[in-house]
This record gives sequence, structure tokens and C-alpha cells, in this order.
Amino acid sequence: MIEVEGLTKDYGPRRAIHNLTFNANPGEILGFLGPNGAGKTTTMRILTGFMPPTMGNARVCGFDVVEESLEVRKRVGYLPETVPLYPDMTVFEYLKYMADLRHIKNVEDRVDDVLEIVHLEERANGYISNLSKGMRQRLGLAQALVHEPDVLILDEPTIGLDPAQIREVRTLIREIGKRRTVLLSTHILSEAQQICDRVLIINKGEIVVEDTPMHLQAGLAGAQRISIRVQGDGDGLEKLVGELSGIGDVITIQEGLIEAECAPGKEVRPEIARKLITAGFDLLEMKSIDLSLEDIFIQLTRDEPEPPSTDDSVEES
Amino acid sequence: MRNVWIIARREYKLYFISPVAYVVAFFFILLLGYFFYRALGDAIIQAAFQPYAPSVQIIISPMVTLLLFVMPAVTMRTISEEIRMGTIELLLTAPVKDWELVVGKWLGAFLFMSSLLAITWIFPIVLNFLVKPGIDQGILISGYLGLLLIVACLTAIGVFVSSLFNNQLVVFFVNLLIVLFIWIIRPATNAAGGLGEQILTYINFIGHYMNFYQGTIDLIDIVYYLSLTSLALFLGAVSVETRRWR
Repeated sequence: MIEVEGLTKDYGPRRAIHNLTFNANPGEILGFLGPNGAGKTTTMRILTGFMPPTMGNARVCGFDVVEESLEVRKRVGYLPETVPLYPDMTVFEYLKYMADLRHIKNVEDRVDDVLEIVHLEERANGYISNLSKGMRQRLGLAQALVHEPDVLILDEPTIGLDPAQIREVRTLIREIGKRRTVLLSTHILSEAQQICDRVLIINKGEIVVEDTPMHLQAGLAGAQRISIRVQGDGDGLEKLVGELSGIGDVITIQEGLIEAECAPGKEVRPEIARKLITAGFDLLEMKSIDLSLEDIFIQLTRDEPEPPSTDDSVEES
Repeated sequence: MRNVWIIARREYKLYFISPVAYVVAFFFILLLGYFFYRALGDAIIQAAFQPYAPSVQIIISPMVTLLLFVMPAVTMRTISEEIRMGTIELLLTAPVKDWELVVGKWLGAFLFMSSLLAITWIFPIVLNFLVKPGIDQGILISGYLGLLLIVACLTAIGVFVSSLFNNQLVVFFVNLLIVLFIWIIRPATNAAGGLGEQILTYINFIGHYMNFYQGTIDLIDIVYYLSLTSLALFLGAVSVETRRWR
């Protein structure tokens, strides 16, 4: 349903997304994960026909997003990051306006239906300016659903909702995703884990990982970290542990406390304990820390040290 | 075309919700009433010395001037507000062509101004009762036709400028500058002379209104205003489209 190939977008000298390639199949919920500024919104804006890419091409429902933009826009429901609402309109008027622009038959029935889906039927005649943040978000979702699109593109659909509403919206998206293709962006991992069939992790405009949430977690389960605490200031501790075989990066958290990454599948703790005792350290505590998706996410998207020649003003713009 | 109408209808309704439009309409009618009252007073004094009946021009003449300054205020919101609020994203990702958006916005504002012009008919009607044997209907009709064309034109320019910036105040002042430029062409025409005068006469915005004002409807004037309107709407559509590329 969504085919993206070599998609690149520049804002002036800044490259927002670089050579993205991915697909979303019919009936699939694809999660788009990444820190703020990773290029999620840019990608979605290109897919919805809001703006054209600098390079590469994308097809939605078989239509090119640049050449056949109108056909794409007819078939896509889009919830932008900042929900675009007209505060001077009532909920019903707003949805009717959106439905009218999409030339829907039996507009009023359809509006009633989507109001029911997002549980806003009681506020139908209330002004949008009086809605809470969560209601606005749901109204935005209703707007994206009103023309029963084949593809739904949701930019951070649960942002600003309270936990009960988040659960509600997630259930709703899963429900919708059974019949349609959904592309949703989020920076909450557990959300992607719960809703999505497949996850794309994107950072600085490039895809870092593409996998199912289950695989991602399984792949990570092997890797582990060990935290070691000794008495005293722990001089030389980092060096000692780092020299052991099967140990990756070692970082000092504070005096006498370090964390070591170790290769999956090998138990290194007895070896570490022996070494430390022989070297004369007073071992207080040693425990393994399981890497969560969160950690991996941070690791994958961690900012590399900036090369000295980087132009700061360009980066920030 | 259907989208044009849907957007225009929304735009038109919005004028009756927003306070700006009411304030503008109020002052427009108030000032017009004041000028009308003054002109009537002058006419009464003049009539004491010689037979004199004021024509409908005493209403139309100040209206042209007022429109030049009212239109920027009426049109400044149209597209720039959508850009500021981010709702432009909604319209540009809906299956609406860029020109349909611009023309829809224009039509909505134009219909609002037409409604305002319709209200000002009260003055000619009053005048018709005051003078014998009534006012010259020809000038009334040609004058109002000209006003409609001016409004169409200034609305299109306003919508175009509105599509350029997301700040309404900037839109207002840029629009005002354009209007002042239009205003200033007339005195400049006489000063230029030769070919310059010919060119300036053709592009003279107010100059093309003079025929309507005198009661004659000339095709060239209609073509002038309509082509200027189309040009501004075209530029507006281009501006919306280039917004996507930025």
C-alpha cells in the first residue's frame, strides 16, 4: 500500500531525510519510531502529498505522491502532529466541512458514525475551542477517518492524552488497522510494541532498524549489561574489567560503580568476580541489567560526537 | 469547482463569526454615512443659490476611497491564518487543488464584500427620496458594477498577499502598500507624459473606474479589472504551490 524508495528531502542545506526505503503492506500497522527531529513528520508530509520530496519516489495505493497527488490524497487519512482544527467551528461543522471537501455521500450519517467511533457524539454541537486536548486529538482522528481511507497516516496520535485515553486510542488504531494500512509515528516504544506489526526506527533521517517488535526484543534479550559496585573509589576498576574477554564497552557511572556490556550467550560474572577479588577490590554488588527496548532505542539513536567542522547554525535551523 | 464553493461557503460564514469583519463593516458604513451627511449638507447650501440636485456620485466617490483601505483588512486573514494555525496542512492534504483553495477563499471574501455593498444601497434609496425627480439610475448601476469589479480585484490581491505570509499584520501592511501604490499612479500619470503616460493610463487602477463613475460601461475597463483579478488569483495559486516546495 505504501512503497517508498530512496526518499530524500532537503530543507535548504539541511537534509531532513536521507534515502529512505520501506514498504507497508495492506492491513499492516507500521510504526515509525525515532527521536524528535528524526524526519518522521517530513516523511509523513511527503506521503500525504503536503510537500514533494527532493529525490526518490513514493507510491501510496499505487499512485505516485507527486504525479498523482490528488488520487493519493483521496485515499489517505492524515492526522498531523499539531491537530489542525478551526476553533470557531462546532465539532459537527468541522467534520462536515472535511467530509464535504472529500465529496462524501450521506455526509451527516457518516459524520455521526465517526463521532461515535471516537466517542465525541455528545460534543457534536459544542465549539472546538471548548474541547480538551484529548478530545481534540480524537477529533483529529475522526477527521482522518471520515472518508474511510485505505491508508491512515498518524503523526504521534497519542501525544497529550491521559493514560485512559491513550489506551482507548490504541485500541481504536488496532481496530482500524485490521482493515486498513496504518503508518503511525511515535517516540514511545511501548506504544510501538503494543500496536504495531512492524517497527521502523529512524534517526537523523535514516532507517536504523526495521523489524517486528517481537524480533527486536528477542534480538536484544541476549545482550546484557552488568553493573559492578566496589568499596572505595574503584581506581583501575574500569581498566581491569575492560581487559577481560567477552566484555565490550565499560563505563564508569560514579566512583566505585561501573557498567560493562558483555557479549550475549556467555556468562562472565564468575570470571569478573574472581579477577576483582584477586586484584584486591572489595566487591559489594554485581548484577545484570536487562536491556530494554528503551535502552536499545537510545543506543541506536544516540548522537554521535559532532565532527569539529560541523556548522552549528545549519544543524539547528 | 465544487471544492471552490465548499471553501467559499465556509469563508463567508466565518466573516459573520469573526469580530474583525463586524468592526470593518461598522466603520465602513459609519464613515460612508458621515460623508453622505456632509455631502447632503453641502448640497442644501448650494441649492439655496441655484437649482441643484446631488447625484448618486456623492455616495460612490467616497466608497472607492474607503474600499482601498478596507479591503486589506477584510482579506488579510484568508490564507495567512490557515498557515499560522497549521490548518493549511489539512487543506493541502485534502483532495483540493491549490487554485480551488485560492479561488474559494477569494469567492468567500468577495461575497462578504458584496453583501456589505448591498447594505450601502440604503444611501441611494434615501437620496432617491430626497431629490426630485429621483437619482440617475444609470450612474447608480454602472457605479455599483464598477465597485463590484474593484472589490473583486482588491480581494484577489488581498488573498494573494495573504498567501505569502503567516502574520496577518504583515499581510495588512504589504497589502496597504500595494493599495497606496495603486492610489499614487493617478497623479503620476499626469506628470509622466508621452509613452509613459499612455502606459500608466492603461494600468491606472482608479482611472479605469472613471467611466463607471460617469455612467458608461466600457468593455476595456471590465477586461482590465477581470484580468487583474485573474492575475492575482493565479499568483495566489502559484504562491500556495511554492509553499509546498519550501
